[in-house]
Amino acid sequence: MSRFGDLKNIGVRLHHGDVSFDFVGRKKLWYSISALILLLAVGGLLGRGLHQGIEFKGGSVYTIEHTSASQNDARKAVEPFTDGTDAIVQKVGGDGLRIQIAESDADKTKQVAAAIAKDLKVAPDKVNTQVVGPSWGKEISKKALQGLVIFMILVVIYLTFAFEWRMAVAALVALIHDIVITIGVYALVGFEVTPGTVIGLLTILGYSLYDTVVVFDTVKENAKNITKQTKLTYSEAANAGLNQTLVRSINTTVVALLPVASLLFVGGGLLGAGMLKDIALSLFVGLAAGAFSSIFIATPILADLKERSPEMRQLAKKVAQRRAAEAKAAKAAETSGIPADQAEGHPNVDAVAEPDEDETVPAQGGAPRAGASRGRARTRPGGKRKR
Amino acid sequence: MAAPKSSSRGHPGRVLAFIGVVIVALYAIMFSTGDKTPRLGIDLAGGTSVTLTAKADQGRNGAVNKSNMQTAVEIIRQRVNAFGVSEAEVQTEGDRNIVISIPKGKNEKETAEQVGQTAKLFFRPVLEATQITPQGGTKLPLTPPSTPPASTPPASTPPAAESGKPQGRVIPNLKDASGAPTPPPSTPPASTPPATPPASTPPAGADANGITPELRAKYNNLDCSLPENRGLGPVPAPEDQPTVACSRDQGEGEEKYILGRVLIPGTDVASSKAQLPQNGSVGGWEVELKFTDAGADKFTKITGDLAANKYPTNRFAIDLDGVVVSAPSVKAEIPGGSAVISGNFTRSSAKDLENVLKYGALPLSFTKSDVTTVSASLGGDQLRGGLIAGAIGIVLVILYSLFYYRGLGLVSIASLAVSAALTYAIMCLLGRSIGFALNLPAVCGAIAAIGITVDSFIVYFERIRDEIREGRTLRPAVEKAWPRARRTILVSDAVSFLAAAVLYVVSVGKVQGFAFTLGLTTLLDVVVVFLFTKPLMTILAKRKFFADGHKWSGLDPEALGANQRQSYRSRRPRGRAAGVKEA
Repeated sequence: MSRFGDLKNIGVRLHHGDVSFDFVGRKKLWYSISALILLLAVGGLLGRGLHQGIEFKGGSVYTIEHTSASQNDARKAVEPFTDGTDAIVQKVGGDGLRIQIAESDADKTKQVAAAIAKDLKVAPDKVNTQVVGPSWGKEISKKALQGLVIFMILVVIYLTFAFEWRMAVAALVALIHDIVITIGVYALVGFEVTPGTVIGLLTILGYSLYDTVVVFDTVKENAKNITKQTKLTYSEAANAGLNQTLVRSINTTVVALLPVASLLFVGGGLLGAGMLKDIALSLFVGLAAGAFSSIFIATPILADLKERSPEMRQLAKKVAQRRAAEAKAAKAAETSGIPADQAEGHPNVDAVAEPDEDETVPAQGGAPRAGASRGRARTRPGGKRKR
Repeated sequence: MAAPKSSSRGHPGRVLAFIGVVIVALYAIMFSTGDKTPRLGIDLAGGTSVTLTAKADQGRNGAVNKSNMQTAVEIIRQRVNAFGVSEAEVQTEGDRNIVISIPKGKNEKETAEQVGQTAKLFFRPVLEATQITPQGGTKLPLTPPSTPPASTPPASTPPAAESGKPQGRVIPNLKDASGAPTPPPSTPPASTPPATPPASTPPAGADANGITPELRAKYNNLDCSLPENRGLGPVPAPEDQPTVACSRDQGEGEEKYILGRVLIPGTDVASSKAQLPQNGSVGGWEVELKFTDAGADKFTKITGDLAANKYPTNRFAIDLDGVVVSAPSVKAEIPGGSAVISGNFTRSSAKDLENVLKYGALPLSFTKSDVTTVSASLGGDQLRGGLIAGAIGIVLVILYSLFYYRGLGLVSIASLAVSAALTYAIMCLLGRSIGFALNLPAVCGAIAAIGITVDSFIVYFERIRDEIREGRTLRPAVEKAWPRARRTILVSDAVSFLAAAVLYVVSVGKVQGFAFTLGLTTLLDVVVVFLFTKPLMTILAKRKFFADGHKWSGLDPEALGANQRQSYRSRRPRGRAAGVKEA
């Protein structure tokens, strides 16, 4: 239970601002990490390329679920049809075989399937076949790309209206970041790219943005009326928002990854190669990248963009001035023995939480509230509690 | 969204009752229609799925359009039905694909092999014809163009004026639309050889036209109103034997025929073109027909033979997959391999005949992009795999929810259950109404959607907890947290739905099934959060267990740190330092 307790306390402390991870401030570090990963990804993509499944090159796949035949037997069975190219034979599930050859003529696969059935001694109707014409994969990829572009345009428009253009841009950058990383992982590890992979990748679109949007929603709320105060810069407010929603982000990622992990486990472990595994794998990689990017990339970029706007620049200036003054005052106070907290001078708005309706307030009174009000002030920069 | 908000605050019980009624109603419909399980796709049920992709022929890029695709789907559907495959599905996918899903069973393989092929087109002589409807049908007189295009082979080409254009040549003495044409002077009827029946050696017992008693019996019994007689059967008539056939057009002018052996295969047709009469004469649409060199020679001879016969044996039938599309009569030998078929054509019927001659009915040519055969056992395994993965996923999510949210976890489980019940019912019902078939990617979509669904609850719960941390008690916290949580949920679900919708519209293949479930579950997520989770929280907030912040409720103010702030005071300087450092 102690770990549970810690977890819980983290949530509490994050909320009150007792614990605050400086995501926005150390953006250079995150950017560097991302840049490194991206570089690796692009390098892998250019250097090794993607290992495309038959759906993209054309070819045929024959799957037998239960057979005692070895991979070599299978290779021999399809040898007359491979034209000198290599047949790829994989074990799937417990005792299944998956044979992949380059033959993409739908009419010939019947012969191939019959030869396999004969050589491996299985009933002909137990041989599952899939033939894909060479142009089909191009069609799928083209459509996926089209969908991607249309989606990105719509999302930018939507986010611009729902939030603002800076958030749209930051979300888009995070999205591209996730996709590049996912593709890069595929290139580096050499996983086979199939329509299942594309499906997974396309889902990441929605998911990565979904996560980012939830974070941005909190940031937006935090930054409401930000120009009416001088205690926090936009970056700080954004960081505070990020911290407040961190527990949700973690929970969401966990909850999203759990089903995907079980898909991966069943698809990869129990069924062997197949669409379940392909989708789950790209989802898994993409979700992980998405969780990273919505916290470490999207919000810092947003803060960067925001800080460049004139009003935020002015705010940053004011905040700096105020802090300088405060530091001076604190120094002066220190020499005269007054704690810095109280020297800050902002009204202690939260000292008495207003009673809501007929409920009584849990024991709150008495405790010195200066610390808590700091956290509160981050949430509502104006320091107002009136509803 | 004002309605759910106000009603859930005012009458949460009613809202819950409403969604309960909806679920009961959906299941009642499910049981009354018998759609108790979702229709399964080929990859889960076993069977063969064929994806055909239309090829854009050179110079005819516009041919791959909606109406041609629809025509192709109709024709393919007829063919599949003619194979006796029940429950086969023919659907367009994207803008240039047709997917044929053939369940396991009779003729599965044959259908899969032949379904996408361009139909077999033959020219056969008419040995006998009977009008089925009393109204006078259209006789399609076939006449040679007086001046065949320059591109046609010179063999027996009548003298013609030189012209720069091989196509669109005027046909000077073209008749009016339905009138009997006068043969051009260059091919006098007198020069035609004596009439000979097309069947070269009539079998024993056959009459002068080579019609055997068996054939006549078959002809007499031929019922053209039966669908199996109206398309390609599993066994096409042998090319070297006479056969019987119905005309394709039903209703007015419907005929049935005895046809001789094949005289010219459709592959000898070089081109065809629907056109208005080129010589400026008044008339309806007509179809120009050109043969290859080999076809031209045959055509010259056959038209010569036929022209000597009397109606109806002076006609030849354009036989497509066992039905007669057109059976024009011949008045004279037509040399040069180029002819014009005229009659009461409308623009669309002329275009149709053009397509028949050119493509064998399918207005487009197709390539097989993907042919997948899944045995029932593999399909079953995949389905089982998907279900196991889904079950494990749900159990893990439930455990995590309970672990982290305790009592609130129960709320999220109940909401998830409602969401699952709705998703399942809608999937079952959509099978019949829009032909939705649950395939493997769709199962994956549903599993991946668990995360998105539960996230909405997490967003709401975290907001409630935030409010409690601010010092609120549960009832106001639940109401105060809702508007903010609601906005977040709507905004983020909108993005998720947008992704699903774009995928569905743009994508092809299995991606669509995935996008569909993702979109559906996203919509249902909004429904469930608004109409179930929120009202349920409003009701539960009044229960002592939750309102008092029981240790196991997940809303314990003490555990949430609502009144423990002072205990963290010692940490304040550090936290603050982090915040201020960036100044």
